[in-house]
Amino acid sequence: MFANPFKLKKLGILGMNKRNIHYIGAHNDRKYYPLVDNKLKTKIIAQSAGIAVPKLIKTIERQSQLRYLKEILEGIDGFVLKPSQGSGGKGILVIVKREGDEFIKANGQRLELRDIQRDISNILSGLYSLGGKPDVAMLETLVEFDPIFDRYSYEGVPDIRVITYRGYPAMAMLRCSTRESDGKANLHQGAVGVGLNIATGKALYAVQHGSPVTHHPDTGYDFSELEIPHWEKILTLAASCYEVTHLGYLGVDIVLDKNLGPLILELNARPGLAIQIANRMGAVKRYDVIDTQQANLDVAQRVKFSMDHFGMKTGEDSMMMKEM
Amino acid sequence: MSRRFQVLLITFTLAFTGFFIVWYKVGVLGIPFLPHEKRSVYTIGAEISFVGQKKSVLVSMALPEPQEGIQILSEDVASSGFGYAEGETVNGKRAEWSKRNVVGPQMLYYSLEVLIEPGEHKPKPPIAPSEQETETLSDLPNMLQDTAKNLLHDVRSRSADTHSFTAQLIKDFSAKEPSQAVKILLAQAGESKIDLLYRLLRYRKISVRKIHGLYLESARRNIALTPMLDVYDGKDWQLYDLNKGKVVRDKNFFVWQQGNNSLIEVTGAKKSNISFSLNERQVPVQYLLDKKELVKKAAILDFSLFTLPISEQNTYRHILLVPFGALVVVLLRIMIGLRTSGTFMPVLIALAFMETTLSAGLVMFIMIVGMGLIIRSYLSSLNLLLVARISAVMIVVILIMSFMSILSFKLGIKEVLTVTFFPMIILAWTIERMSILWEEEGAKEVFIQGGGSLIVAVCAYFVMSDPFVSHMAFNFPELLLVVLAVIIMIGRYSGYRLSELIRFRSMVE
Repeated sequence: MFANPFKLKKLGILGMNKRNIHYIGAHNDRKYYPLVDNKLKTKIIAQSAGIAVPKLIKTIERQSQLRYLKEILEGIDGFVLKPSQGSGGKGILVIVKREGDEFIKANGQRLELRDIQRDISNILSGLYSLGGKPDVAMLETLVEFDPIFDRYSYEGVPDIRVITYRGYPAMAMLRCSTRESDGKANLHQGAVGVGLNIATGKALYAVQHGSPVTHHPDTGYDFSELEIPHWEKILTLAASCYEVTHLGYLGVDIVLDKNLGPLILELNARPGLAIQIANRMGAVKRYDVIDTQQANLDVAQRVKFSMDHFGMKTGEDSMMMKEM
Repeated sequence: MSRRFQVLLITFTLAFTGFFIVWYKVGVLGIPFLPHEKRSVYTIGAEISFVGQKKSVLVSMALPEPQEGIQILSEDVASSGFGYAEGETVNGKRAEWSKRNVVGPQMLYYSLEVLIEPGEHKPKPPIAPSEQETETLSDLPNMLQDTAKNLLHDVRSRSADTHSFTAQLIKDFSAKEPSQAVKILLAQAGESKIDLLYRLLRYRKISVRKIHGLYLESARRNIALTPMLDVYDGKDWQLYDLNKGKVVRDKNFFVWQQGNNSLIEVTGAKKSNISFSLNERQVPVQYLLDKKELVKKAAILDFSLFTLPISEQNTYRHILLVPFGALVVVLLRIMIGLRTSGTFMPVLIALAFMETTLSAGLVMFIMIVGMGLIIRSYLSSLNLLLVARISAVMIVVILIMSFMSILSFKLGIKEVLTVTFFPMIILAWTIERMSILWEEEGAKEVFIQGGGSLIVAVCAYFVMSDPFVSHMAFNFPELLLVVLAVIIMIGRYSGYRLSELIRFRSMVE
């Protein structure tokens, strides 16, 4: 029933306590947290550093602005509304298109203007923010997802999570929503996590609820055929967040836009541990390798180092998929 | 200095200091670590409060006399700035405080330590009063006199002798629905129940005396003395509790005051009030014998919690247990990996369980949170702002609590009355958090976190209610340093949690 802790340690599996003390505690200075906990700030500094993010249309800061919501939304067909200080994807509303006076959500549900006003009101009163602080609602352009992911996602937003340690991309996975996860890319709600080869962006393993799967449970497509396009660009984007945020231990969430390519959706100063299960690989091993590196390398050098050292050889990865 | 070394140094210093003081108290001062033969020592504290009005104040309080079966070990007075003296009067010993020009609210403390002597003992009957002033009831209006006489006549017809007469009369006065005559007497005579009964009995030429005392039970705060009547029928004395009727004077009843004089007289101030508190402590026999010597010998004991007024001691009895509850939370969250909703909510719930008993507490907690969740789900459809919604939930919690109390009282389930010990603001936040969790993560997560919280609360309850733990916490408060050291150590634990051994199980296969 229990794994042998010494075996886990030998495999370099990172536990919650070690993550908190040795990685988050030691490499993430608390004063930089607001940069990532507040998505509006993240977006502003990311844009000024030339990092690609979904375009911000407008921020809604006061309840009184809701009266003019109709005018604000005039001419915008698809958009995303999110709380600036929300966490874990809470309170995010995705409208894909409009039909007359109705707004259509990603799962087909129809909303009226009134419903959207209510959602924004909840955001402003701090329903989704830490400690119930008053918040700001961000109105963003809808990301037009690259159709490459249509086969691997059910009704939801597929995103790529890259963990960077001291600016080096250390681990990556694709999170695919399923019927069970209700369109959310949240692993403990039943989304599939696909470990990605840092060298190539190809799938290594796929897990749902901690157990291996080979095909998407809803769409039925084989994960072994999955290969993420723009891979080096994705890693470069993730690695460049280090200079902007000064956070040594960071989870970078990236989406692929059909026209714009990879965009940074969100940053997380306390990324979870499930990525290890999706990669069938202990994170500490890679962090230890990164710890032997000098600190003054630039983004391109760091990405090259990661691709050279953390990749599985071509052909080997798809073989592993078959084994399972 | 590296961080790791600092942590080790701090934990070592703290733990060493804690253990050293324990060792000093046990080894050098001879306080038994694990008391073998123990006695209950009760500390009875009287708190007198009043508000001075820039005048000289004189406070006089009746003091207890030595009595059979209960030994007074020590007495202690705390009253800053007041002159204190004890005096003998015809009606017994009295304590007297005095001070000129008193302004503002004042507190006077008087406390006694008493020991119930072991073995059976029969309380010695007081000497029969040879003479008793005759009572004529003449100061009452005629109408009331007639009512009283009629009542006494009626009671007399229902009784056979002095004792049954007294019993019947007290029963009439303590009935839930008293008769018309009793209601009129209580309302119009302008006297307390005991004074009225005292007069009525004397009017019947029955030898009677008033007694005020305390049942020596477990710790209690803010209580009043229990009034009793002692009635003599020419051969025997018999004691009557005004609420319970005939009682046997048991070993646990400590008589504070006998006779007619008032318990407390305050001149020169207003809003005077007296309340008592009671604290029980298991003390080894040897310690009792040595206590006086010890306090002289060691300043460390003179600076202990025992020197505080008793009601504060009782508070500390609870407060000192909280760190042990926190230790349980730290262990279960960091070492085991249980998820709870709210970090220290389980400790507060465990504190409430200590008052309500575990089973009743669990049932009530689940009922309140369950009902709260249902009502909260309706409130969420009303689309209220956050602060208003939590306040609304809090009011609903209070309503549920009072409804449960009333309903259970009517049904005769007394346990539920203790529901008031639940911290309602914490309950409201728990409901709010669980409800959001339900909407966002589904019912499963609510049960995981709710269940986790309850498991932690129950574990904390078992630790905090353990007699050994509470003995150690109160008698050796320096152990808090050791608890602190352990918590700091665990705070640097970077190994796996037990739950992670299950979570990453598939990785080693």
